Amino acid sequence: MRITQGAFSFLPDLTDEQIVKQIEYGLANGWAISVEYTDDPHPRNTYWEMFGIPMFDIRDAAGVMSEVNACRKTFPNHYIKVNAFDSARGRESVRLSFIINRPAEEPGYALVRQEGPGRTIHYTTRAYATERPEGARY
Amino acid sequence: MNAVDAQPRSAAGEEGALDLEAAYRDSHVGEVLERLDRELIGLAPVKGRIRDIAALLLIDKLRHAVGLSAGAPALHMSFTGNPGTGKTTVAVRMAEILHRLGYVRKGHLVAVTRDDLVGQYIGHTAPKTREVLKRAMGGVLFIDEAYYLYRPENERDYGQEAIEILLQVMENQRDDLVVILAGYKDRMETFFRSNPGMSSRIAHHIDFPDYTPGELLAIAHLMLEQMQYRLSPEADAALREYIERRRAQPHFANARSIRNALDRSRLRQASRLFERRGGAIDRQALETLEAADIRASRVFLQPPGGEGPP
Repeated sequence: MRITQGAFSFLPDLTDEQIVKQIEYGLANGWAISVEYTDDPHPRNTYWEMFGIPMFDIRDAAGVMSEVNACRKTFPNHYIKVNAFDSARGRESVRLSFIINRPAEEPGYALVRQEGPGRTIHYTTRAYATERPEGARY
Repeated sequence: MNAVDAQPRSAAGEEGALDLEAAYRDSHVGEVLERLDRELIGLAPVKGRIRDIAALLLIDKLRHAVGLSAGAPALHMSFTGNPGTGKTTVAVRMAEILHRLGYVRKGHLVAVTRDDLVGQYIGHTAPKTREVLKRAMGGVLFIDEAYYLYRPENERDYGQEAIEILLQVMENQRDDLVVILAGYKDRMETFFRSNPGMSSRIAHHIDFPDYTPGELLAIAHLMLEQMQYRLSPEADAALREYIERRRAQPHFANARSIRNALDRSRLRQASRLFERRGGAIDRQALETLEAADIRASRVFLQPPGGEGPP
């Protein structure tokens, strides 16, 4: 099951050329680009691992792409996303975030039911991938 | 392409001439070159080479437009010359020219020295160098005093690692950045001799000649104009003599020495005006440097050609 988080996730995977254009758009707006990865696809897993620190002083997408490619090389079977952080006063948050790398196979989620008091049922989801320990999931 | 070949030569030439004119105008590179001529005095070989490069890039653009192969030329450069001959100034202009011609995408200049590239312990150098390269992507990386990168007397020096990473990026990411190495001529030559890989990856070795006395005087006038000062006629003669004497002394740093001399003259002018306080000072007094301001320099104390700093 293909996970859909961040921008463009209902579209086919972006090509490198399209990624470069998105990064250029972010840089043109003065946003700081960062690269993050994870192997826990749960939708509430908001804070992924940072791959290097956010790039605050980069002027061109080629610099970001070298970081993106280094991350892909290190974690070929992880989820990788590119974030663009807007430091403008009053905004100070991520303006754009999109997935640029995902595992070849995404097994999806199981529905977990929990019996509560008074025959109530609590539902939650659990990714099949997280049955194995971190680092050995995909 | 066959159709183009079949056309008579003159027609194709005329068509090209029109395109070239338009491309030249669109790139606005003319203005940059003009400014270069106006604001940089002397440096004929440097300007010639910049013109050549600008022409090549413009022609390549046209070749690309008509479908001829136009492989991006390697534009890494080395600037060699004595202190104060304008290497850094030209590097900044170069970034702008290359940007106008569409060779680099952003046209910013990242100026670094050994300290920014080479780390202090094992494993520190590579990330540091990569960080700088990342920052320079889309622009020009200017490495001042590049020969410090290589220290043959210390075989465990990490400079070599930085050079290897640089070489790799210079070769593989030619479209993404232009590297300019700068330094004094003799030491750069030693550097290139011990790093043949670096030398062969640099297409343009540009030598910055020393300024002639006439050029130095013109530079002084340009600097004064920018600082909104004037020389009295006697001061002009004094400055001319100052340049002659200063050139013969050791540690002469061309335009930089001139700038320092002018800065010191300004100090003397200020204290001269200050001594005379009480009287009215007009605009002309404020903006004029007198001969005494220049002649007070220590350069005039020594016989021409004597030893010692100014």
